[in-house]
Amino acid sequence: MVLKGLFLILISSALVNNFVLSRFLGICPFLGVSQKIETAVSMGWATTLVLVVSAIVTWSLEQFILLPFGLEFLRYVAYILVIASMVQVIETILAKTSPALHRSLGIFLPLITTNCAVLGLALLVALKSYNVVEAAVFATGAGLGFTLALALLAGIRERLEWADIPEAFQGTPIILITAGILSMAFLGFAGLVAQ
Amino acid sequence: MNKNLTRGLWRENPTFVMLIGMCPTLAVTTGAINGLAMGLATTAVLIFSNLIISLLRRVIPKAVRIPSFIVIIASLVTVVDMVMAAYLPDIHRVLGLFIPLIIVNCIIMGRAEAFAFKNPPVESVFDGLGMGIGFTWALTLLGSVRELLGSGSIFGVAVMGQHFQPVILALLPPGAFITLGLIIATFKAVELNQQKKLAGGLYGAERSVSDTDKLSLSK
Repeated sequence: MVLKGLFLILISSALVNNFVLSRFLGICPFLGVSQKIETAVSMGWATTLVLVVSAIVTWSLEQFILLPFGLEFLRYVAYILVIASMVQVIETILAKTSPALHRSLGIFLPLITTNCAVLGLALLVALKSYNVVEAAVFATGAGLGFTLALALLAGIRERLEWADIPEAFQGTPIILITAGILSMAFLGFAGLVAQ
Repeated sequence: MNKNLTRGLWRENPTFVMLIGMCPTLAVTTGAINGLAMGLATTAVLIFSNLIISLLRRVIPKAVRIPSFIVIIASLVTVVDMVMAAYLPDIHRVLGLFIPLIIVNCIIMGRAEAFAFKNPPVESVFDGLGMGIGFTWALTLLGSVRELLGSGSIFGVAVMGQHFQPVILALLPPGAFITLGLIIATFKAVELNQQKKLAGGLYGAERSVSDTDKLSLSK
């Protein structure tokens, strides 16, 4: 029963309420880092890592510090500071332990601090009052959904390079419209999980 | 001072030209009023963050400027969030998550880093005001178009007559991407048209340049 609930959270955050295509969280990297599939996928994994760690850390912060001491009004300041410093810590650890991974994900890490998906996820976890396992699963789903959306858009954009696009639609407009059609496809998942 | 104010309105418009702050732009513009409210909330944060950061620009050491900006912006957003919850509870509920997410709106951080940290307070306030108004009108326009298509009204006033069939898609997430894409394409088409008129006979040369650009990009 517990497992089923967790599975539903995973599917719902990855597909039904895809963070990028239906919640509009993380649009900047979605539009900015989607020229090539390889970079898009690296960005996706780096974001997933930060999402999961930050969900657990902000959950602990909320449960063990903010709530017991009645400091809910400091939530935004505390969350963003913790996220920013945690990204620094992850970067340092990665640089020490696996230089190869750091080389491929490193440049994306600083950008992730201002990715609204990370702060948005932390706030959503607080809003939905998930426990720590649910929070981690929710973050994993969100990260997978983000990676999927980014990889899909990058794949289409690689093809679009060769397409003959009307002059006025070149650049941003065609990317936005492509994203719109992707998002339309993801609407098809809406009936999958009854919320 | 004049230039600082007008920069954000058109030439460096955050939404249509710089393409920053896209998350709230796409998420909350299901209606003109929501777009306007989000724009004004962001403008308020932007003006005060620019002012405070500009006043503190000689106090904050350069190495820790980013964390300092974040703390200042997050505090301001907390204030705006509480004020809106107290005085505009309905709009506060609709905008929901996207009010705290003003903290990570790249426009605010971007102006702090690019302008307020290097310029005196008065200029910074005007820069914030101009960028804020630019963001607000972009959101209001996008909200109006989506509301007009999706529910046949603007600012909640029905304008399309009773035979109008609403395009629900415009209110759904895909509608946000597609409408914004179409608006930017329209602006681009107008600009290209003007350029062609100005360039006149030079148009052929310009065309071949853009073709080589495309080729080098596709490599």
